[in-house]
Amino acid sequence: MPQITYRKALNDALAEELTRDENVVIIGEEVAQYNGAYKVTEGLWKRFGDKRVVDAPISEAGFIGLGVGASMLGIRPVMELMFWSFAFVAYDQIVNNAGCVRYMSGGLINCPIVIRGPANGGTNVGATHSHTPESILANNPGVKVVCPATAYDAKGLMKSAIRDNDPVFVMENTLLYGETWEVPDEEYLIPLGVADVKREGADVSLIAHGRAVLTSLKAAEILANEHGISAEVVDLRSIRPLDEETILQSVRKTHRAVLVDENKPFCAVSAQIASLIQEKAFDDLDAPVLRVCSLDAPAIYSPPLEKTQLPTPERVVEKVLSIR
Amino acid sequence: MEPVLETKNFAEAEINRKLKPAEKINLLREMFRIRRFEQAALKHYQAGTHMGGFLHLYIGQESVATGTVSLCGENDHVITAYRDHGHALAVGMSMNECMAELFGKATGCSKGKGGSMHFFAPDKNYWGGHGIVAGQTPLGLGLAFALKYKGRKGCCLCFLGDGAVNQGVYHESLNLAALWNLPVIYVIENNGYSMGTSLERSSAFKNCLAARAEGYNIEWDQVNGEDIYEVRAKTWKAMQRAHDESRPTVLEIDTYRYYGHSVADANAKKYRDPEEIEKYKKFHDPLQLWQKRLTEEGVINEEQIAALDAEAKAEADAAVKFAEESPLPEKADIFSDVYYEVDRQTPAGRTGKHFFND
Repeated sequence: MPQITYRKALNDALAEELTRDENVVIIGEEVAQYNGAYKVTEGLWKRFGDKRVVDAPISEAGFIGLGVGASMLGIRPVMELMFWSFAFVAYDQIVNNAGCVRYMSGGLINCPIVIRGPANGGTNVGATHSHTPESILANNPGVKVVCPATAYDAKGLMKSAIRDNDPVFVMENTLLYGETWEVPDEEYLIPLGVADVKREGADVSLIAHGRAVLTSLKAAEILANEHGISAEVVDLRSIRPLDEETILQSVRKTHRAVLVDENKPFCAVSAQIASLIQEKAFDDLDAPVLRVCSLDAPAIYSPPLEKTQLPTPERVVEKVLSIR
Repeated sequence: MEPVLETKNFAEAEINRKLKPAEKINLLREMFRIRRFEQAALKHYQAGTHMGGFLHLYIGQESVATGTVSLCGENDHVITAYRDHGHALAVGMSMNECMAELFGKATGCSKGKGGSMHFFAPDKNYWGGHGIVAGQTPLGLGLAFALKYKGRKGCCLCFLGDGAVNQGVYHESLNLAALWNLPVIYVIENNGYSMGTSLERSSAFKNCLAARAEGYNIEWDQVNGEDIYEVRAKTWKAMQRAHDESRPTVLEIDTYRYYGHSVADANAKKYRDPEEIEKYKKFHDPLQLWQKRLTEEGVINEEQIAALDAEAKAEADAAVKFAEESPLPEKADIFSDVYYEVDRQTPAGRTGKHFFND
């Protein structure tokens, strides 16, 4: 199976969907002639032209709102936010308009928009560019949120997101764009709302999404090699809809859960998962559910320190050892 | 205070010369319907038994929605803010579904899920009904984008109030509209007050609000909203620009609301001199002026006018009865119309957990 980057997997997904459906249009800052600020859309403008791949001015509230309006009339816009951190200037459009228009119209209008871009810390760009808003956005019924951790998942989830008839927010990660994974040549889709067990284990469940899945896999390796602990790694992939069954099955098997999350802890995605586990698998637990989140302060710039602000394999190992 | 003198006879504009007597009468009928609908709504809102939330009345501004929407064809679309009842009726929504929505009933246009500020009828090219000031301005732009993308010759009439022109997203929308040559018409309904703050106390401008469009290289015009002929003539010019050149326009239509920002506006009678309101009612009322005009033209007589008004009142009363007798939404309805895929129970809608109460 060919090895391709996370970036290329996304690029392939976009190209395939542009080819498949003439109503798919890509809009965002620097997506066309510049080939994408992070090169996710590289080559698409040259291949599909001005109509399908559109450079927007730096005007997130304006162009995201435009995408929402166009989707109401049957266009399927795939909007790039150069950073999900910039979503805050378009928050009214994303939450009130994309998220609520179907409900407030009694189901008369739907909004098949995709908003995508990186949502991560760890790149030393300071607090304003390092937000992880999946928890905030998934808090809103009416929207869907996915956080792919690998190239394979990124491609399959992106294609499903574009075909979905509800607003889907795809949160990528700049630290993963250059990483490679096996991705088949044949077309495939990954449904939203299906988690993936990335590593089987028996003693503890590490439950994570996005890049924290890779942190968890590294931790699992250390736990196995140095401590004789068999950790299972569950990748949520999709935050909303959420695959509760896979989470609960894993916890019922291992009886211990450590949640690994690049969100800040307060009302993080992991807080929702912790609530779920105590409510539905309380009797299966042999230890309290613990969490490893980003350290609870705005993202620090200082490069060596920022590395430690995000969850690290060492912190995950330490947490697991505390409940062994 | 004398009525405003017309400087130009817009009745002679081609789009108005083509109007048949029945069409002129229909414009009056629509204005009566809006006014009678809202008077009935106000009565029941104040009774306090059926309606909650806000009620932003359009009374005094009827000529704007009626005149502009009367120009719309198959591919022309309408979107507005929260003062949306007038536009809803003008595009052809029924009083029943609108009144039932105010009453929070399952038979409402949004099944009781939207309320006063959120009326929609996409089958009539009516896209709301939006509660956040200027939040609809990029949506209107998106509708225009979609029309152009699909190669349809049409436009979007995107209404906003004078209080919306200071929101950033409106300016972003103007920039994109001009930059991408989109067939959108921003119609500023200038009623002089953004909630309780007068135009002079809220907006910095040189000649008028629409003139800000100059900076974006967008054509603009100012319109006397009490004259339907002028509203239609100038809006049609903008629509032709959208249809034929795919270029945007900003229109500022001067108008006036008789009631407060909403019925809940506690200071409705404090920030405006009562004499000002009386002056508008006496000299600038769009219904009175249109009746006078049509009478002078010999298109209608007093008896016919009274009949139109009575019909509108009867329709509004019947709508109240319909709303009162309609069922409330069921508790289970809270969870429908959230996700398209869940409502239709598609494979996507059946995969994963979408709701988290238990």
